[in-house]
Amino acid sequence: MLFEATLFIPLALTKRRRSEVFNQLYITGIKSLGVITVVAAFTGMILALQTGLELRRFGLQQNIGTAVTVVMMREMGPFMTALIVAASVGSAIAAQVGTMVVSEEVSALEIMSINPVRFIVLPRLIALAVMMPILTIYTNILGVAGGALVGATQLQVSFQAYIDNAQLYAQNKDLYVGLLKAFVFGIVIATTACHQGFVTTEGAVGVGQATRRTVIISFLTILVLGYMLTRVFYR
Amino acid sequence: MIRFENVTKRLGRRNVLDGFDLEIKAGETFVICGPSGMGKSVTLKHMVRLLTPDSGHVWVGDDCVSEARGKELERIRARFGVLFQSGALLEWLTAGENVGLPLREHTDKGDEEIDTLAREKLRMVELEDAFDKHPSDLSGGMRKRVALARAIITEPEIVLYDEPTSGLDPVTSRTIDELIDNLRKQLGITSVVVTHDLHSALAIGNRIAMLNYGKAVEVSAPEEFMKSTNSVVRGFLEAQYITRRGAWEKGLKV
Repeated sequence: MLFEATLFIPLALTKRRRSEVFNQLYITGIKSLGVITVVAAFTGMILALQTGLELRRFGLQQNIGTAVTVVMMREMGPFMTALIVAASVGSAIAAQVGTMVVSEEVSALEIMSINPVRFIVLPRLIALAVMMPILTIYTNILGVAGGALVGATQLQVSFQAYIDNAQLYAQNKDLYVGLLKAFVFGIVIATTACHQGFVTTEGAVGVGQATRRTVIISFLTILVLGYMLTRVFYR
Repeated sequence: MIRFENVTKRLGRRNVLDGFDLEIKAGETFVICGPSGMGKSVTLKHMVRLLTPDSGHVWVGDDCVSEARGKELERIRARFGVLFQSGALLEWLTAGENVGLPLREHTDKGDEEIDTLAREKLRMVELEDAFDKHPSDLSGGMRKRVALARAIITEPEIVLYDEPTSGLDPVTSRTIDELIDNLRKQLGITSVVVTHDLHSALAIGNRIAMLNYGKAVEVSAPEEFMKSTNSVVRGFLEAQYITRRGAWEKGLKV
C-alpha cells in the first residue's frame, strides 16, 4: 500500500487534487495543536523537574538546559508527538476509512475506477509525513520552554543560563535525527491507520476494532522503530 | 447484454450462487428479487467484479468481466453506474461534488462545466437545491437520489440498483421507482434492480427473476410472474399482499 501510494504522489499534487491534501494537513496539524501544546509543555516541565532535582544533589542543576533540550529533540519530541497523533489522528483515520468500507463508499470508488489508495491513503500519508516533523518542532520548542520555566521558578536556573547551557551541548544532529524519526512515525501512523481501515469488516464493531488496533500497532511500531533509529544514529 | 454462465460462488460455508445462469437483455429493466441471503446482492457485485466467481463466467456484452484485469476492468466498469443500498456518498464532499466526482477524476472538463453537468443530473432527480449540501444534511431518500445522479453522470449503458427503496417510506419509494423508469425511457439505460419490494418490481420491471438457494427459480415478465405457480414466488407475492386478482394484474404501472 505504501509503495502504491508513493507512485501517485505527483498526481496528488496536481491543482485539482491539492485541496484534499491541504484539508488533511489542516486536520492533522491544526486540530492536534491543543493537546500537543499541553503535553509538550508538561513533558518539558516534568523532564526539567525530575532531572533538575537529581542534578541539584550534585550541584549540577545548571545542566538541565542541555538535558531537557537534547532529550526533547532526540527522543521525547518526536515520540510524544507521534503518540498523540496516533491516538487522535490515526484512530480518526482508521474509523473514517473503516466506515467508508462498511458503508460501501470504497466499493463505489472502485466502480468509478478511482483508486482508493490514491484517493484516500495518499492525502493522509502526505499530510502526516509533512506535519509530523512540523509538529515535532513545535513540541520541542514548547518542551524546552516548559523546562526553562521550571528551571527559573523551582531550580534557580535563570532563563539565560538555561539557554546558554542548551546551546553549548545540543547539536544540529539531535534535531535532524528527531525530525527524521517524526517523518518515519508519520508514515507509520498513516499506513497503519489506512490499512486497518481497509481491512474492516462487521460494521460498527469492526470499525471500533480497527481504531483500537491502529492505536496499539502504531504505539508498538513507534517504540520499536524509535529505539532502532536511535541505535543507528547514536552508537 | 449481461450473461451469467454456470457461476458458482461460495461465501463462508454456503454456496450463495450454485451453477447460476442468467441473461439480461439490453435496454430492459431487470429486477432480481428473493429472500434475504439468497444471492441477490452477490449477483449484482459479480457484474462489476466486486466479487469474482469461484467458477463460471460473467459476460458484459463481449467482455468477460470475471476475468478482466487492470485497464480492461476499468473500461468494463465505466459502462456501469451503481446505486448502492446506502447511497455510498462521500461524507466530506457536497452533493454537487459527489455527483461530479467521476468527471473530475477521469475527464479534463473544467470545474464550471462539471458543476453544470452535476446540477443537470441533480435536476433530473429533482434535487438541484441540494447541490451545496453535505450528505449528512440529506434524508435517506435524498441521499439515494443524489447517488443516482452520480451513477448516471457518466451516461453509463447499464445502471445497477441495490435495494433502491429499502428503508424508504412508500411515497419516496414510488418516487425512486419513477426515476428508474424515466431513466430507462429517457436514456435507454439497461437497469438491473435488486429489491425485496415486489410492488416496486412489478411496477418497473420488464422481467423479474426470483432467486432461491443460488439459482433463479423463476424468470418472467410481471404478468407471468403474477401467475407463477412456483411456491417461492407465491409465498413472496402473498407475503406482500399481492394476489392474482390484485391491481397489478390489471396492468397498473408507474
